Amino acid sequence: MRDLTEAFVELIRRTSTDLPADMEQALREAREQEAAGSAAQGALDTMLVNTEMSRAKSRPICQDTGTPIFEVHYPIGWSTRQLTAQIKQAVAIATEKSYLRPNAVDAISGENSGNNSGTEFPTIHFHEWDEDAVKVDLLLKGGGCENVGAQYSLPNAQLKAGRDLEGVRRVELDAVTKAQGQGCAPGVLGIAVGGDRGASYAWSKQQLFRPLGDRNPDPELAALEETIKAQANELGIGPMGFGGQTTVLDVQMDTMHRLPASFFVSVSYMCWANRRRSMTARGEGDEVTYR
Amino acid sequence: MIHKLTVPISDEAISALHVGDQVEISGVIFTARDAAHKYMVEQFIKTGGSPAESEAALYELLKAKLDGGVIYHCGPVVAKDDGVWRFVAAGPTTSIREEVYQDLVIEHFNLKGVIGKGGMGPRTLAACEKFKAVYLHAVGGAGTLIAERVQEVEDVHKLKEFGVPEAFWQIRVEGFPAVVTMDSHGKSIHADVAAQSEAKFRELVIA
Repeated sequence: MRDLTEAFVELIRRTSTDLPADMEQALREAREQEAAGSAAQGALDTMLVNTEMSRAKSRPICQDTGTPIFEVHYPIGWSTRQLTAQIKQAVAIATEKSYLRPNAVDAISGENSGNNSGTEFPTIHFHEWDEDAVKVDLLLKGGGCENVGAQYSLPNAQLKAGRDLEGVRRVELDAVTKAQGQGCAPGVLGIAVGGDRGASYAWSKQQLFRPLGDRNPDPELAALEETIKAQANELGIGPMGFGGQTTVLDVQMDTMHRLPASFFVSVSYMCWANRRRSMTARGEGDEVTYR
Repeated sequence: MIHKLTVPISDEAISALHVGDQVEISGVIFTARDAAHKYMVEQFIKTGGSPAESEAALYELLKAKLDGGVIYHCGPVVAKDDGVWRFVAAGPTTSIREEVYQDLVIEHFNLKGVIGKGGMGPRTLAACEKFKAVYLHAVGGAGTLIAERVQEVEDVHKLKEFGVPEAFWQIRVEGFPAVVTMDSHGKSIHADVAAQSEAKFRELVIA
């Protein structure tokens, strides 16, 4: 089995320092929407300059390099224990190289492990697949935006949200309003409907790996993605909560089967520094590709 | 126009600032977030300014440097080259977590500025008005850009106990960019945006 430790370090470096092109483009378009000289436009300008500087200097876009979330797709026969060890090793090296901040602390004492390793840290999910390649998606999910994520159990009497798509719209707008600028707006919303509480949150994070503009194949869900995006922007919270036209850059939603008794709606809020990248590796000697 | 602020900052300079103003801060400031605020309140303020002997040196230093000074809510990414610390990425962290401590710290140390993101609540706003201070909003996520404005890491305190993100980093900054979002005249952009967006939310959802 191939040792991918070095490739994982490179994946982390790219993810932490190089904002994906679709995000950068969306920020540029948002900048054009804001009033000239406004605090909102100033914030977007700072984000764009920072994005360029981080890429040029190979430094973290944001000092909160977040929870590293690895989604590993691997061929039959690969050892997930060895892959886990390689990922943990890569995370420690990336921390040493300052691509990541030491970000794993003991839940109770707060003691920092120093190398981003700890109990159930980083997050690694394995998926065996039929391809003859290892594909690893990485999301660096910061704490500020993670803290404004929310989960609703429908029906919700206060928001008059029933167990239907209108109920989903209501609770999602509630989540965006409550978040204000705290999640480093303009953000991206990943939404999951269904599942149990844990699965629902995990599926909402999976949506964040989708490229901006990718719509759910179900036309009703696709329409709701558009509606929530438009209405969230009508709230006027704006970049960093300074007030303005752009509060979210996209909304991406999917459903899961649920128990008849439960109807969960989960939202994971991703900040403007939406750090997600992917790598693919085949057998020994074959070049690793990143995107 | 950009207001240039140099630490120590006078009450007059603070009074001249209003929400929406852009500022650039220069001088020696300290990072402090959750662990540091809890520590300052428990060790220095609740003891009536009589900390344990082991903490006295840091207290004296902070009293001197924070008089007219600035605290930055930040947990940086740092690197050490040949024994010298360097800031690599240093954007702001969410400030509201310090709401229960901030007014006490502003009063006790005669703090003039708090830099962070997301804004703070009514207790901090009241302290800004009463003790002449401002809340300064930096752009969240602008880690590399802000780190470039850190000219020197003068020292670090409580590194071993608190870890890198939570330690007190004593840094000399030059032209640190921020926007005044809570001023010393009782105004808060955060309160205004929250009120407007909540009204719009009621129109979109409850109506």
